[in-house]
Amino acid sequence: MNSAYPELIRIRFLMMLAYRVNYYSGIVIYAINIGAYYFLWQAIFGDTPSLAGFTVAQMTTYVAVSWMARAFYYNNLDREIANEIRDGSVAIQFIRPYSYLMVKLMQGFGEGLFRLLLFMVPGMVIVCLVFPVTLPRDPGVWALYLVLLFFSFLINTQINILTGLFAFFVENNEGMIRMKRVLVDLFSGVVVPISFFPGWLEQVMQWLPFQAITYLPSSVFTGRTEGAEAWGVLLVQLIWFGVLLVPIMGVWRMARRRLFVQGG
Amino acid sequence: MFYGSLFWEYLKNYAKTRLTYRADFWIEVLSDLLFQGLNLIFILVVFAHTDSLGGWSQAEVVFVYGYFMIPYGIHGCFFDLWGFSERYIVKGEMDRILTRPAHNLFQVLLENMNPPSLIGSAAGLVIMAVSWLQLDLAVQALDLLMLAVLTLGSTLVYFGLYTALTAIAFYTDAPTGILPLLYNIQNYGRYPVGIYNRTIRFLLTWIIPFAFVGVYPASYFLDRPEEGAASLALLTPLIGLAFAAAGLLIWNHGVKRYRGAGS
Repeated sequence: MNSAYPELIRIRFLMMLAYRVNYYSGIVIYAINIGAYYFLWQAIFGDTPSLAGFTVAQMTTYVAVSWMARAFYYNNLDREIANEIRDGSVAIQFIRPYSYLMVKLMQGFGEGLFRLLLFMVPGMVIVCLVFPVTLPRDPGVWALYLVLLFFSFLINTQINILTGLFAFFVENNEGMIRMKRVLVDLFSGVVVPISFFPGWLEQVMQWLPFQAITYLPSSVFTGRTEGAEAWGVLLVQLIWFGVLLVPIMGVWRMARRRLFVQGG
Repeated sequence: MFYGSLFWEYLKNYAKTRLTYRADFWIEVLSDLLFQGLNLIFILVVFAHTDSLGGWSQAEVVFVYGYFMIPYGIHGCFFDLWGFSERYIVKGEMDRILTRPAHNLFQVLLENMNPPSLIGSAAGLVIMAVSWLQLDLAVQALDLLMLAVLTLGSTLVYFGLYTALTAIAFYTDAPTGILPLLYNIQNYGRYPVGIYNRTIRFLLTWIIPFAFVGVYPASYFLDRPEEGAASLALLTPLIGLAFAAAGLLIWNHGVKRYRGAGS
């Protein structure tokens, strides 16, 4: 039975490939956003050599790699799950001999693989040509960053799945999905690095999973976090990956008892 | 009169459909505000570490941001045609529109009306008023008049740009990714254009004039003598009219080419 899961990755990858033209404009959009923040940060730094532990060069790299990482880990699993619950097709999934959540994860991974190879990598190349991004020289940092990136994807996907499953309990969770999207962008550090947050908020963020999605991995990539501390990032991600499994399993157990299909 | 009553009927219709999911409606309004608030949070967080953004103080940048939200909200309420090509061209709903007597663009706009966006405009007005007080600017009757005129101009810029680019759907079959592109570029208009390089500044002023939905008109009230931004502000209504006219022409020309989905 487990052989079905790699197949699901392949199918989603091919499906995304069929619509790849949509993602070419995506690369330009991300470059536009990176450009906006690049100019903003240049103006904010002005003549100041460093702000909140960032030099202006590190900030450029941080912005570029954070947005491009978002291009990879972003997916719409929350909306997909909510739609399948609302139109009732999740009922068919229940009677099939596989785990619905694993299927969703695999589909998300197929999409992620596509986004990595045809969105993030070419996007990063283009961004490096346009903006003065400093790439890490140490191959060890690259290797570690790839692992961290994979966990960024996992944690973000877990949060998406959890949000999507809430459709079992409320009739329409569209607003919740959008709200979550804004919160993840803000708290993960894509918009502003967490070290810029006011002290109390920075403290709160240390106890939430969002930092593990963008802020911590990007800090490793820019070279702000090095050596043993960089491995500590991986540890934080591992812990959050484990901790987030608990509510997902809990919600999933409760949800199966109260499927409510509207219309259909 | 006819158009007025149509507007009213569509509005009633809208209210009835939306109030079915009442709680969700408010969550959506809130999440939209939060989404727009991201940039405001960015400004506030950043100004805790610096006191000037390219020579602009926090209150000034927030003021520009507040102004930006007003035409943006009006645009979102009346002129937002997101997903036009899928719904009206691919699914062929444009056929239905064209058999009716009212002007086609007017009908399409009414069907896509989204009054909650105006809450964003109101929030922008409040933000502007707060930073107005912080900046200790004088309030004159003329300012209010100018605010109305400039807002109208900025809204027309939006209307023209988005109508022209939505009309692309009449000219090519494949839905293009150009609208999301534009949507992201408009964020550049929220900040002082002086921070960008010459090319981008030129682009934002004359080609895709998003500087006229934010920083230029807002600087009319701020008395910033440098850069000639305040005098450019007076161009806002003209730019608005020019782009709106161009948008309408491209739209009407496009509708003539419309042949239906064929199924």
